[in-house]
Amino acid sequence: MQIAARHLDKTTIFDISGDIDLATSPQLRKALLHELRELKMPRVVLNLGAVRYIDSSGVASLVEGLKASRDVGSRLILFGLNKTVREVLQLSKLVRIFEIYENEAQSVAP
Amino acid sequence: MLCVVRNAVGELTAKLGFSESDCRAVVRAVDEALTNIIRHAYLGEQEQPIEASFHRIDAPKDGQSGDALEIILEDSGLTADPEKMCGRALEDVRPGGLGLHFIRECMDTVEFSRNSGKNQLRLVKFLHVQTPQKGA
Repeated sequence: MQIAARHLDKTTIFDISGDIDLATSPQLRKALLHELRELKMPRVVLNLGAVRYIDSSGVASLVEGLKASRDVGSRLILFGLNKTVREVLQLSKLVRIFEIYENEAQSVAP
Repeated sequence: MLCVVRNAVGELTAKLGFSESDCRAVVRAVDEALTNIIRHAYLGEQEQPIEASFHRIDAPKDGQSGDALEIILEDSGLTADPEKMCGRALEDVRPGGLGLHFIRECMDTVEFSRNSGKNQLRLVKFLHVQTPQKGA
């Protein structure tokens, strides 16, 4: 998995690619919690368009990020979900809990 | 290493004729099962041995016999407690506890046993072959 961060006004956009699994999900969790808890970014956006696979530990990292965002009053937004990622969020019944958009323009809109 | 297994299981299921969705389901179930073994039976040690065997079988289904893929995963780690293997309510939104839920949702049969000092997980997925429609 690779994570690249971009900053846009009061928004951080993470472009994530590859597999989010047992070995790599701690890296995602760390990046999310740093941005939300330490930098207190008002909006953190995850571009999941190039994610090939996500397992339950990856979903757990997203849930932890969501909880952190609620704790500090920020927004955690997902976009670019492919079939694999969407299936996993549907299996875990989390599709309705996350703020999800189709593309980056919608995700960073005021 | 999990990535290598996922790719191999994906190729195997595709060759056996599973649909794309069922291929992803079997890959997900095996990946989550291996992750659980590493985390709970081997306490996070990723270099411990896990034996995996794959068999194409005829298994009973709806009073008849059905073509299926049987996967058996064995480890020599800590004894798994079946009482704790119940997943969790999905309404409780919190990290963790989703792996077993994914496995159960993705496979038709999920059985756990302990034999000769080893944990054994048996997973079965039936091949759903579409019947050609008349006139097609």
